[in-house]
Amino acid sequence: MEKENKLSMVIFSGDMDKILAAFVIATGAAASGMEVTMFFTFWGLQALKKSRRTGKGLFGKMLGFMLKDIKKLNPSKMSFCGLGRWMFKKMMRAKNVPLPEELRKMAIELGVKIVPCQMSMDVMEIQKEDLIDEAQAPVGVASFLEEASKSKITLFI
Amino acid sequence: MAEQIKPDLVLDLKGLLCPMPVVKLSQAIKNLAPGSVVEGIATDPGVMADIPAWARTSGNELISIEKRDNEFHFLVRKK
Repeated sequence: MEKENKLSMVIFSGDMDKILAAFVIATGAAASGMEVTMFFTFWGLQALKKSRRTGKGLFGKMLGFMLKDIKKLNPSKMSFCGLGRWMFKKMMRAKNVPLPEELRKMAIELGVKIVPCQMSMDVMEIQKEDLIDEAQAPVGVASFLEEASKSKITLFI
Repeated sequence: MAEQIKPDLVLDLKGLLCPMPVVKLSQAIKNLAPGSVVEGIATDPGVMADIPAWARTSGNELISIEKRDNEFHFLVRKK
């Protein structure tokens, strides 16, 4: 199959630093004229979650209690119960680096497609309404593979 | 040589870090007619590598890029 000028990304991680890297790459690619699709699965769904409790059953509600939204994500290292997040954000602010939530907004403005994974939403009991309105209809692995097979660049973060 | 080209738009990118210079440049260039020239002024040394790379991938023409004092000046022509 002919590769198109596309970037397909799987966002599995819910770590603040990895989400930041993902959106930096996505916005950079979109700015360079690439068509970008980001598939969010498992912990990555937190980057799309609204600030609200999720879950239907007992386990789902317990999980929903622990899940964060993009503003509350902790870095993968030096989390220190939220202190690391606070410190990193302060340092990023001081150096004029956009925060993850600002980069997400920019990515959407640049036309990056935001696609959640249906299966992980089912398992984690997250509804479409729990995600930001800009998220497209949830898809499965076949949709990702189809998109990835046409993409020059694929990344798993 | 580059001094003689008059830019259609001057973009202040001072104080911005990756990926913002490239994002702002692509947003600014979107609204311009082909052939228009944008001058960018940045302070992030990363633009010396990134603006030429952006020009190659996006298919726009980098006319010049240079360091002047502690700023980086570049001229890009929209294709």
